[in-house]
Amino acid sequence: MTKGKILLCGTGMAAASVLLLAAAQRLLMPKYMGDVVEGNLVADYYDSGYDHDVLFVGDCECYENFSPVTMWQEYGISSYIRGSAQQLIWQSYYLLEDALRYEKPDVAVFNVLSMKYGEPQNENYNRMSIDGMRWSQSKSDNIKASMTEDESYLSYVFPILRFHSRWNDLCADDFTYFFGAEPNFFSGYFLRADVKPAENVPTGRPLTDYAFADTCWEYLDKMRTLCDETGIKLVLIKAPSVYPYWYPQWNKQIEEYAEKYALPYINFLDEDLMAETGVDLSSDTYDGGLHMNVYGAEKLSHWFGAYLSRTFSLGDRRDEPQLSAHWREITERYYAEIARQKDNLEKYGNVKGEQKPEE
Amino acid sequence: MLFTDSVFIIGLCVLAAVYFVIPKKTRWGLLLLASCAFYAYSGWTNLLYILTTAASTFGVTLAMDRMAAKRKETLTAHKADWSKDEKKAYKEAANKKRFRLLVLCLFINFGMLAVIKYGAFTVKNLNSLIGVFGGEGSIPVPEFLLPMGISFFIFQTMGYAIDVYREKYAAERNFAKLTLFVSFFPQLIQGPISRFDELSKGLFAGSGFEARRVLFGVQRILWGYMKKMVIADRMLPAVKVLISDPEQYRGMYALVGILFYGLQLYADFTGGIDITIGIGQVLGIPIAENFNRPFFSKNITEYWRRWHITLGTWFKDYLFYPVSVCKPMINFSKWSRQKLGKNIGKYAPVYVSTVAVWFVTGLWHGAAWNFIVWGLMNAVVILVSERCTPLYQKFHKKFAWSNTHAYDGFQALRTFLLMGCLRMFDCYRDVPLTFKMFGTMFTDWNVGIFFDGSLMNLSLTASDYAVLLTGTAVLFIASLLGRKGSVRKQILDRSPLLSCAVTVALLLIVVIFGAYGIGYDASQFIYNQF
Repeated sequence: MTKGKILLCGTGMAAASVLLLAAAQRLLMPKYMGDVVEGNLVADYYDSGYDHDVLFVGDCECYENFSPVTMWQEYGISSYIRGSAQQLIWQSYYLLEDALRYEKPDVAVFNVLSMKYGEPQNENYNRMSIDGMRWSQSKSDNIKASMTEDESYLSYVFPILRFHSRWNDLCADDFTYFFGAEPNFFSGYFLRADVKPAENVPTGRPLTDYAFADTCWEYLDKMRTLCDETGIKLVLIKAPSVYPYWYPQWNKQIEEYAEKYALPYINFLDEDLMAETGVDLSSDTYDGGLHMNVYGAEKLSHWFGAYLSRTFSLGDRRDEPQLSAHWREITERYYAEIARQKDNLEKYGNVKGEQKPEE
Repeated sequence: MLFTDSVFIIGLCVLAAVYFVIPKKTRWGLLLLASCAFYAYSGWTNLLYILTTAASTFGVTLAMDRMAAKRKETLTAHKADWSKDEKKAYKEAANKKRFRLLVLCLFINFGMLAVIKYGAFTVKNLNSLIGVFGGEGSIPVPEFLLPMGISFFIFQTMGYAIDVYREKYAAERNFAKLTLFVSFFPQLIQGPISRFDELSKGLFAGSGFEARRVLFGVQRILWGYMKKMVIADRMLPAVKVLISDPEQYRGMYALVGILFYGLQLYADFTGGIDITIGIGQVLGIPIAENFNRPFFSKNITEYWRRWHITLGTWFKDYLFYPVSVCKPMINFSKWSRQKLGKNIGKYAPVYVSTVAVWFVTGLWHGAAWNFIVWGLMNAVVILVSERCTPLYQKFHKKFAWSNTHAYDGFQALRTFLLMGCLRMFDCYRDVPLTFKMFGTMFTDWNVGIFFDGSLMNLSLTASDYAVLLTGTAVLFIASLLGRKGSVRKQILDRSPLLSCAVTVALLLIVVIFGAYGIGYDASQFIYNQF
């Protein structure tokens, strides 16, 4: 064989390997279109148009408790929730840092529940929080900070090394959504229209140590500094989810921190504030008080939107044609989804439209 | 570090890229650096063992070489004036000195191996023995962390020292080069045990890039990874389950264990050797083959000629023959012929040598009684089988059907099962338990497990079985094709495009169907423990 042919063969073989491995990776990575859809939240941001006044970062208490559509419709505030399941504080920090590569919001809102986790927790949640990120220094740092003992950095660079064994679990969704998932969210909001009242919510068991881990304070400091340096106002919140239990000792530490650095801190669990927002835990939650349903999220967003407009003088942007068009599409999908879920509730007793097995 | 570690794979790619770019003369230096880094990755202190072996062997072999040169010079100078007896006496005296040096080298290295690998075992048994005679038996048991591949590099290097003593070739005069021979990283994990005259040529030559050779090397590496990661590591959980609870997994489960462990060990060991030889091939360094389709063997003697070939030939060349012809053995031979009769006397020395070699082979595999009994059982089977050879010959002459391919297949299956039974000592690591479990195959006739779905409760799913069956079938077909020569060559001769496609397919198979990552145990190579 001539040198040219050898080079051609070698290049062809390398190219075929890369292409086939990329295709296999695409096929084998979870599509998160079935029961667990939250895995698509982080990647969803990159289709959001990058024009937001307010950016939420945090866990499920963020992406299930606030409705950006309400804030747009009522106050003309363009907002986005960069949240994912059990999103740890450093993940919130790196997702905020990542978002700042694309846009500069006026306000960043951080839900403080994740201050309770000082160490990497769960590989599945890490995957949902990190795999959807585009490659950047922030993603790389996020991986290093989040990895549990069994994980490897390389498996984030090449997710096929993690998901290769899914060949055994491939389903129709993996082929249907090979080229990308369908939008499931509404500017980062995960919508649920069913109701399950909060009853018999357990109070927290006494802890031996209520102090937040140093790592958490370190990342809260980093988040504050990042916002300071970029001229973004940071707001700390605790969503009105009654479980996991939010200890008064934890609340006090956040209050002291907020006071020290003159940051607004809103604890929606405060009884007076809850009354003011109108959130009713007997009708505004879909899972017994862990997360709001769409009715609770709308009430909360109604109050919070007003607060944000008032406190940070956020202008009403509903007259901006391009942005309005973007939000019109989200709003239409939003109401269609509410209607679909209501319809399913009526017909099948659940929002997913799953038929109950015959008795 | 394991061959399956990402650090190793990335490091190997970088090494191969740099290797072909730097000047040929410096390539062996890069290999030495890589080997030291590879070994140091498992602990810097471990390098001391390799350096001790390299330094002691270097010093001794150089001295032996010089003494041989001086002896030759003196004999040439006195060619005319010394009588035959004078020459003989001088030669014997000179060789005695050289022999003493060799013994010193063997003592340092095998002594180091004995202390580190067998120290705890010896002291524990001594304590037990003292206990039997009513003593306290409280000698403190030494604890050493077994350095990676110590049995392999010491055996390889001592083979070199003995060869230099035998004047098979001259001693290496460059310490760094000898250190590379001792520590060449692909061989450190599980061999093969190479010979200096065969390995050194490729090791120090710094071969250039040759596309065909590199392609074959890459294919061999991927083939090795396929065996290790797709078959051996996928089989591992089932083998663990079967061994972990002998009370539950008796009878036919023990038979299943024999089959599974046989396949796992084969895929694991040959897979590792394929990776080693493949790396050598990519770098242009021919490395000795260690297997020759062992499961096609018709008897156990043939099996041991085809399995772990380099260890077998090492024992043959450096232990069996020297023991067979040493003075005490010759004396024993004479004595046995006189006292035990011609027939027994003729075979007794061979039996003693065979048992001695297999005792050491067992001990080489591990400092435990199960390995020693395993070695001795091998010796018994081999000797019995050899004694029965005339009977077999008569049988084959009398029955024509015993010379058919079908009968060959039966013999191969019989050898596989026989070796599987012997491997039970390796599985259970407990001599009485092994005999007990062997017995249950005949007493607990629970054949129902093959039909009632019990095999699905061995940590293997239906898909795992599908992958294992397909993988095993591929191995079998490749072995059949391999009888006509290199399978890779056959494919390339048919079509270069097909050869490239096979390479890409192997890569995909390893990545997708390999048992690695979260949910799988990162298992080391089985022979790495020895």
